[in-house]
Amino acid sequence: MSNVVWNIGYGHFLVLAAVLFLIGVLGVLVRRNALIMLMAVELMLNAANVTLLTFSRMWGDLSAHTFALIVIAVAAAEASVGLAIVVAVFRGRRNVEVDRLTTLRH
Amino acid sequence: MDASSQLTFLGLPILMWIPLAPLLGALINLVLGPWLERRLGRWAIHSVAIAAVVFAFGVAAYLVFGPLLQAFHEGRGGVGITQVAYTWIEVGAFKAQLAFRLDTLSAVMILIVTFVGSLIHIYSAGYMAHDPRYSAYFGYLNLFMGAMLILVLAANLPVMFIGWEGVGLCSYLLIGFWFENESYATAGRKAFVVNRIGDFAFLLGMFLLFWATKDAGAGDAGSLDFATLRSTAAVGVKFTQPFWGGERLAATAGILLFIGACGKSAQVPLFVWLPDAMAGPTPVSALIHAATMVTAGVYMVCRLSLLYASSTTALFVVATVGLITALAAAFMAFAQTDLKKVLAYSTVSQLGFMFVAAGTGNWTAAIFHLGTHAFFKACLFLDAGSVMHAMEHEGSATPGDITTMGGLRRRLPITHATFAISCLAIAGIPLFSGFFSKDEILAGAFAVHPPGWPPIYGKILWAGLLIAALGTAFYMWRLYFLVFGAEARSEAARDAHESPRSMTLPLVVLAIGAFIGGVVGLPHFEHLHFPQWLGEWLKPSLAEDWYASGLPGPQGIEGHESDGEIGGLLAIASLIAVAGVGLAWGFYSRGPSKTVERWTARGGAFADLYRASKAKLWVDEFYDAVLVRPFKVVAQFLLEFVDRFVVDTVAVNGSAFVVGIFGRISRWFQNGNVQRYLVGVVIGGALVFVISDCHHKATFDYKIVGNQIQLHADPGSGILGSAAHVYWDLDGDGEKDKDLARPGELLDKRDVTVTGYDGPITMWVEDPVTGHEVKVTKTINLNEGRTFWPPPEPAADPHQPGAGQPAERPDDSQGVK
Repeated sequence: MSNVVWNIGYGHFLVLAAVLFLIGVLGVLVRRNALIMLMAVELMLNAANVTLLTFSRMWGDLSAHTFALIVIAVAAAEASVGLAIVVAVFRGRRNVEVDRLTTLRH
Repeated sequence: MDASSQLTFLGLPILMWIPLAPLLGALINLVLGPWLERRLGRWAIHSVAIAAVVFAFGVAAYLVFGPLLQAFHEGRGGVGITQVAYTWIEVGAFKAQLAFRLDTLSAVMILIVTFVGSLIHIYSAGYMAHDPRYSAYFGYLNLFMGAMLILVLAANLPVMFIGWEGVGLCSYLLIGFWFENESYATAGRKAFVVNRIGDFAFLLGMFLLFWATKDAGAGDAGSLDFATLRSTAAVGVKFTQPFWGGERLAATAGILLFIGACGKSAQVPLFVWLPDAMAGPTPVSALIHAATMVTAGVYMVCRLSLLYASSTTALFVVATVGLITALAAAFMAFAQTDLKKVLAYSTVSQLGFMFVAAGTGNWTAAIFHLGTHAFFKACLFLDAGSVMHAMEHEGSATPGDITTMGGLRRRLPITHATFAISCLAIAGIPLFSGFFSKDEILAGAFAVHPPGWPPIYGKILWAGLLIAALGTAFYMWRLYFLVFGAEARSEAARDAHESPRSMTLPLVVLAIGAFIGGVVGLPHFEHLHFPQWLGEWLKPSLAEDWYASGLPGPQGIEGHESDGEIGGLLAIASLIAVAGVGLAWGFYSRGPSKTVERWTARGGAFADLYRASKAKLWVDEFYDAVLVRPFKVVAQFLLEFVDRFVVDTVAVNGSAFVVGIFGRISRWFQNGNVQRYLVGVVIGGALVFVISDCHHKATFDYKIVGNQIQLHADPGSGILGSAAHVYWDLDGDGEKDKDLARPGELLDKRDVTVTGYDGPITMWVEDPVTGHEVKVTKTINLNEGRTFWPPPEPAADPHQPGAGQPAERPDDSQGVK
């Protein structure tokens, strides 16, 4: 029984998406652990999903839902491949710090 | 166009085959030559080359004595046969066609070129038999024939220029044919460079003519067709228009073209390359540097006879240069000791004679002397080749040195006989061809008087030429006595033997030509009606009248002399010739002259003159000091400063250095750290948004049409722009207007039209997400930018019935009021 009116509009969703995206970007830029970086990438993808669904609602157009589903599918595939690489690298080197994986640099 | 212009052979215009046959021969010999030589032997090489030239001669003879002769009898000798192979250049109205023109003038030339050329090809087969680069030699020789025939048959100046440059190239290739010898290669380069000077002037002359004949061709383009350039109706006015230095245009154009001729035909001051050109094989000297190529300048002047007849100033230059050349070259020939050098200076001198003839408007005599000279000079050169061939077998280092010869008349009977006949011809001994052609020139100089010249200038030319003729007879017979007379002065001369049949046969044919060639141009006696075959034949192709300034109208060129005068002139010329021969006999009949030796040893004027002649008047040294050395200094500067410093150091190494610096800086970013790259990507992405957001300012623009205002909203860029609501206040009440079409809704459109209103208009742009609103107000004056004169278009008139009807404008805001 609250008389607080939760006037949540499109703007709030977009701001949420922006915050999520920035956290993802910072995670990728700052962290050295490949596993954490992958998680940060997931955050960015989901921020994009939130944006897509917000605009879908705004325009009353459902096609953005399709995009969101595709993004989820791609994210799952990307995560599995990425994790597989991370695991493989970890087995070989006992270490997944990206700035120490420099074999291909030379 | 008559039927003869349609003649084809194997699908190509028949005239085209004349240059094409030697060009094909050149292609075969230059591309397949070494292979042919290995597979079939040397006979295949010279068979191809000779067949190509003889074929060209056959086609030429057929055309001249068939269709052209018929055309001549029908009075169309000057029109002749013109055939177009294809259109070469077409720019706007200007059109240069690869076209060939056979009229009576080019007919004489192609017959000489192909006939003498055939003989020299046959001779070469013997002379060059042991040369290692046999196929290249015949390839070049055929290439030369092709280029020369293009030059001669060209129907316009650009095509003539192709041939002009082509023969220059072949001349260079053949002078430096034995390039293993450094001085021979230098001689080739010298010929090329000196010719370039002339060619540059030739091009300028061509450009000037093109400019001058602006609307003589098709459309407003200039025309360089010889057919146009010889028509007074088409170009007479253009040639005579005043131009540079108070002279007519024809003077400037004529002199520029003549400078080109000076280069090609070895006239003062550009003659220096020809004596050096003797470095080439002797048949080349005979064909290119005596009989054909060097006469191209004379041919060109005769070809453009109308141009030269329009400016006696240009003719004055031509004749004067010709006289100076004739005298200077004859003087230089006196003391030369190399067989071919003497002949080379003699050629330069004889070309001077031809230019005097052309310069006095005596075109026929110029072509006549060109023809007879082609025979006797080719014969003399081939004799020289035969002599040197004979001397060379004994291992003489300098086979052309006449001081080591002597007594060869018994060892080389055929060579001796033909040489003697040609010597008689060039000396101008009566009844030999050179006598008639040289006399024609002398008589012309004596009688033909271009208007505007100093009154006695013709006589001065005549007297000068007489001296040159005396010199010619003297140095040619000096040469004869030193080579064939007295007793042998070396082992090589004692053991010399006659050349093979392939070499002596052309000699005999040419000597016969040198003897009887004069019959085509016998003297113009009034009472003895000698046939004037050459004169009549050439007449339709050449200018017959002066178009000089100060004349009431065209005036015939041909001078008139009484029979007595002609006879007198003939007698004087004969006496001079005999005197020259006699002098030579007196000095040299017993080998090198003791008298000359004694006089030169004594010093004084004679010794100085002898030294000047021996040193070729120091012309080469003079050019070296005045032109070559300064050029070398400039070249040195260009090398050291422009090339080494500006290009190499600053431009090449400098730009590499700058690129290196950037590379070093960017290497710091490209360190392989993925996260650092990502920082770049994020910053870049952010910048894209910031920059694209810079113009995010909502506004609207408007256009006044009559009494209507057409409004167009520009909500700005980004999210706000694409989905924004746009509301309007079009009546100045400060409220958002309603939409008439949708009751209850606000007017929300990008494009709106207002009729008959002027005052403040407000637009609101609302962001659908944030609800943020931007307000823009503009006050519009309907009369803004309207001009009251001239009166507005009827449609823009506000009092016009029909204007302001809402039905025509659904976006109209009138209903809101």
